[in-house]
Amino acid sequence: MTLIVYIAIYAGLLIFLIGCVRRVRQYARTPIHLRWELYPVPHEAPDRVAHGGSYFETGDWWTKPQHSNHIGELRVMIPEMLFLKGLWEFNRRLWVPSFLFHFGLYLLIGAIVLVGFGAGFPLLVPSLATSGFWIVLAGVYHIMAYAGATISVAGALLLFLRRATDPALKNYTKPADFFNLVFFIVAFGLVAAGYFARSPQSAGVGDVARGLLRFDRTLHVNPLFGLGVILSSALAAYIPFTHMSHFIAKYFTYHAVRWDDRPNVRGGSIESAVAEYLTYRPTWSAAHVGADGKKNWLDVATTNPAQEVRK
Amino acid sequence: MNEHIDLRDMSQTKRDPLIHLENTDLMPLPAPLDSPEKDHAWAALSQQAKDKYECGLDDTCALNLPQPKTPEEEKQLVGKFLSGLEKLFTKENNWTFLQPLLLTMEHCTGCQTCSEACHIFEASGRNELYRPTYRSEILRRLYFKFVKGGGLVSAWQHGDIELNWPLVARLAELSYRCNLCRRCAQTCPIGCDNGLVAHDLRKLFSMEMGINSKECHDNGSMLQLKVGSSTGMNAAVVKDNIAFIDEDTSEKTGIEVRTPWDVEGADVLLIHNAGEIMAWPENPGAFAVILNQAGISWTMSSELCGYDSINYGLWYDDAQFARVAIKHAQAAQKLKVKKIVLGECGHAHKALSVIADRVLGGELNIPRESGLTFLRDIVKSGKIKFDPSRNNFPVTMHDPCNLVRLMGVVEPQREIVRELCPQFREMEPHGVNNYCCGGGSGFAIMQGNNFPDWRFHVSGRKKMEQVLNAFSDCLAPEIPKYLCAPCSNCKGQFRDMLAYYGLWDSNRILYGGLVELMVNAMVDVKPGFIDWDWH
Repeated sequence: MTLIVYIAIYAGLLIFLIGCVRRVRQYARTPIHLRWELYPVPHEAPDRVAHGGSYFETGDWWTKPQHSNHIGELRVMIPEMLFLKGLWEFNRRLWVPSFLFHFGLYLLIGAIVLVGFGAGFPLLVPSLATSGFWIVLAGVYHIMAYAGATISVAGALLLFLRRATDPALKNYTKPADFFNLVFFIVAFGLVAAGYFARSPQSAGVGDVARGLLRFDRTLHVNPLFGLGVILSSALAAYIPFTHMSHFIAKYFTYHAVRWDDRPNVRGGSIESAVAEYLTYRPTWSAAHVGADGKKNWLDVATTNPAQEVRK
Repeated sequence: MNEHIDLRDMSQTKRDPLIHLENTDLMPLPAPLDSPEKDHAWAALSQQAKDKYECGLDDTCALNLPQPKTPEEEKQLVGKFLSGLEKLFTKENNWTFLQPLLLTMEHCTGCQTCSEACHIFEASGRNELYRPTYRSEILRRLYFKFVKGGGLVSAWQHGDIELNWPLVARLAELSYRCNLCRRCAQTCPIGCDNGLVAHDLRKLFSMEMGINSKECHDNGSMLQLKVGSSTGMNAAVVKDNIAFIDEDTSEKTGIEVRTPWDVEGADVLLIHNAGEIMAWPENPGAFAVILNQAGISWTMSSELCGYDSINYGLWYDDAQFARVAIKHAQAAQKLKVKKIVLGECGHAHKALSVIADRVLGGELNIPRESGLTFLRDIVKSGKIKFDPSRNNFPVTMHDPCNLVRLMGVVEPQREIVRELCPQFREMEPHGVNNYCCGGGSGFAIMQGNNFPDWRFHVSGRKKMEQVLNAFSDCLAPEIPKYLCAPCSNCKGQFRDMLAYYGLWDSNRILYGGLVELMVNAMVDVKPGFIDWDWH
C-alpha cells in the first residue's frame, strides 16, 4: 500500500505539472490576437480605474506616458482569486458553494505546502529537526487540512445539488461535471475519514511526507487514508485535462484578453509579430474574401473585392 | 408562451420556430409602457418568407437564408460549415481571435453568471434560446466533437450534439440575436466571452459560406468599398451634402460655417459616420461650428471611405474589417494629418482605435483620438463660451457599448454634459456597466422581414426601461427631454424605438447627439439650435 501511495503521489504531481505546462504552452503559443479588452482595466491610472476609463480619455494620449498600475491589478486579482469576488458581485447564490469549494482547496493546498516544508526542511538542516517550531507547524497544517477537506467537500456537495436541481444549470451540465464533483467528494472524504480513523500505529501526514522524500516503504499507512491519497493524486493528474484547469485559463483571459490594452507602437514587438501573421495564407472559401490559397493576409486585406467585381 | 427548450432542439428537422414570444412573456416596462395589452402586436413573418427562407429559430428572420432544395444540397452546406468550423480554430485563418476563442471554448463551467447580465435574455422573459450560453454551448459541443476529435469520452465530458442542416441554419440566425455588447463577458468569473462566440460564428458563416446580413455586407461594407460609403454617397455627393449642411448651419447659428476638404497637413482628419450626414445633418453641422470656433486646423477627406467612419466588418468579417480600416488610415496618410478624430459613432471608435490597432502597422499607424475626448478638451480650453441655461431641460446620457465598456471612454462626454446641462441625470446602471441600446452589432440597420419588431420588443427593451426610469420624474409632455446618444447606430435605434412607442408624441422624449447640446449652449450661436421637433 505504502509503495502505491508513493507512486501515486509522484505520478499525480508529475502528470499535473506536465498537463499544466502543456496548457500554458497551448495558449501562450497562439498568436497575439487583435485587441479585445474590456473595461475597467485595473492597471489604468487610479483616477480612471474608478469609473472604468482608459488612456483614450486623454487628449493626444500617444504623447503621454503610459501608466502601469500593478497595485490596481493586485487589488482586483487578490479578492478574485481568494474570495471569488466576481461571483459575489454577479451570482451571489452560486458564490456560497463555489467559495466553500475553492477556499477549501486553497486550505488543502496550503496544508500540503506546509507538510512538504515540514518534511523537507529538517532533512536539509537536521540540526533544526527537534525545534518546537515543527510541532506548531504540524498543528497548523493539521487544522488547515481538516478544515480544507471539510469545507471543500461541503462546497462540492452543494455544487452537486445546484447542478442537479437548478434548471438553468442542468441544461448545461454534462455527466463529467457530476463525476468531477463526486471525485472531489470521495477523494477528500476518504483522506479526511481515513486520517481521522487511523490507528496510533499508522503514519501521519508528516510521516508520509518524510517517507515520500526518503521512499521509506516500512511506514504503515491506513488503507482508507491511502486510498484517499491515491484518488487525490489521480484527481490532480486529471485536472489539467479538463475545464477545471481554469486557474491557468484565467491568467490568459484576464491578462492577455480583458486587460491587454497595449497599443501597437511603430517598430515595436506587436508590430513585428503581426507582420509575421500577415504572411499566413488563409483558406476561407467565401468569394468576397478572395483567399485562393496563394494570397496571404496582407494581400487579402489590401484587396478591394467591390472594385475587383467592377473591373 | 415561454417554452422550455434544450440544446438538442436546435437539430429539430421540423421547420417550425423553436419558440414564440407574446408581449406578456416579456420583461415588464415602466409607465407609460407598463401594459403589455396596449403594446403593439408583433408583426408576423410573411408566409412567403417562411416558405422561402430558413425561419426555424424564433419569431423573426435576419438573414433570409434560402432553404436548400435537396438533401444533397443540405449535405453540401453542412460540409461547408464543418470546413469553416475547422478553419475557425486555425491560426492561419483566425489568428485575429484564436486565443480568446480557445479559452472560451475550453473553460466555461456553465455557471450561468453571464445570463443575468444579458439584456436580451432578461427582456425576453428569460427565454432559454436567448441565454448567452445557449449559442456558445452549441459551438462548444461542435468544437469538441468535430475539431478536437470527439468520441464517447469527449461526449461524456463535453456533451454531444447532432449536426445537421437545421442546426446550422438556426445557428446562423442565432448568431444575429446578440448585440455583441459583451456585458456578459464582463461578469464571467473565468473570463469566457459569449459575445466573441457570436462574433466568430458570424465570421465563420460570412468568410466560409458567404452567409451574412445583407444590410451589413452587400449594402454595408461592400457598398462602402465600392463607392466610399455605406450610405451610397460617393465623394461628389457627400461634398454636395456637406455644402448644403454648411449653408443650413450658417443660417441657423448665425455663424459662417465652411467645412474644409482634403487639406494636406491639417492637424485633424475628422471622420463622421456618413449616416449622420444623411439622417442627422445637424450633427456634422455642429461639429463644423465647434471646430471652426475653437480654431482647430481640421479637414475632411474625399478619399474612398475617408468620409465614412463606419466599419461593419467589425461585426461579422475580419477581411472586410481590415480592408475598411486600412482605407481609413490611407486617407489620413495621404493628407499627412497629425491625427484622426472620430465623430459620434461608437463602433467606428472601437473599430479604428482599438480593434484595428494591431492591423495598422508602420506608416498606417496614425494616431486616432475619440471625438468625445477632443470635444471635452475644447470645452475645458475655454476657447468657446457656453451658456448652460440654454440647456436647462432634463438630459440623460446613453453610453454606447463600443465607447465605454469596450474602449474606456466614459468621462469626457460626462464632463461636457455636467458643465453644459444643468438637469443632467444618469441612467442606472451607466458607464462601463451600461446596457446596449438594442441596435448594436448591426441590428439598428437591419430592417428585413419583421426584424425591427424583434429589436423593439426584445433587444431594445432594457434600454427603453432605463430611458423611462431616467425621466420618471418628468414624463409629462409639457417638459421636453433630451436623450443624448453620442453614436449614430444608437441614435438609429432610438429614432426607431421612440417612434414605435410614440414617446415623442406622448412624452416629448427627443434623442440626439452630444455636439448638438454643445452648440445649443454656445453664446455666439443664435438661441434654439436644437429643434424640438421630431425628425
